[in-house]
Amino acid sequence: MDYIKAFVIGGLFCAIGQIFIDKTKLTPAKILVGYVVAGVILSAFGIYEHIADFAGAGASVPLTGFGHTLATSVKEAVDQHGFLGAFTGGLSGTAGGITAAIVFGTAVALIFKPHKK
Amino acid sequence: MKSEEYNELVKKVSPKSPILKDTLFAFLIGGTICTIGQLLYTIYYEVAKLSVTDAKTYVSITLILLSALLTGIGIYDKIAKIGGAGTLVPITGFANAMVSPALEFKAEGFVLGLGTKIFAIAGPVIVYGTTASVIYGIIYYFISKFTV
Repeated sequence: MDYIKAFVIGGLFCAIGQIFIDKTKLTPAKILVGYVVAGVILSAFGIYEHIADFAGAGASVPLTGFGHTLATSVKEAVDQHGFLGAFTGGLSGTAGGITAAIVFGTAVALIFKPHKK
Repeated sequence: MKSEEYNELVKKVSPKSPILKDTLFAFLIGGTICTIGQLLYTIYYEVAKLSVTDAKTYVSITLILLSALLTGIGIYDKIAKIGGAGTLVPITGFANAMVSPALEFKAEGFVLGLGTKIFAIAGPVIVYGTTASVIYGIIYYFISKFTV
């Protein structure tokens, strides 16, 4: 059942993105920025938590989930460290993903040859 | 079934406008990537007995690694041609958006080519995501401080 929920909700997030691509002139970069910021805002209002509880990876794998992690980490950090947490929480909580993307990205770019588009 | 009948059936079942077809493929491929994420989560959380947070982080790292490798061998961009937003919106699309330009602009140098272009799309995502999180953090700090 968890897999079906992840499939359907994750798929819906992507389908909405596709409608934005086809119906608006938004570039992929703007869509990704929009998804992350939307994730932060939806988490700040306590809405994304419900989607995440229901859909699991269907909510955490789309980039809105990245925004959700930023927001929940900031909240935890403020609870623990006060005002400083607002500055340390976001990137601490997402450090694993960002670092993985930088390191694996660099390694792959160094090892492989570019492809003809 | 005759080939005409088959063609007729295909016409009937296949979505009529490209946007419907695009959206359907985005749904299917994006959904599949999230299902793989759920499978990885089950392995890390239930089999490897990691904490919820650690398991989620490992899911992201694994998907990013898979996406980086698939981008390196040229497969991810082929899937992206069909999947559209289904391959862009998941975290794998974020990784692809880093690897793809880094690989392409490697010829322009390791610092200004690879090192700069790796953040062509990821840069703005991190800039606005982090800024939004700091704004939320500051608002949350004042709300929690002055309301007891």
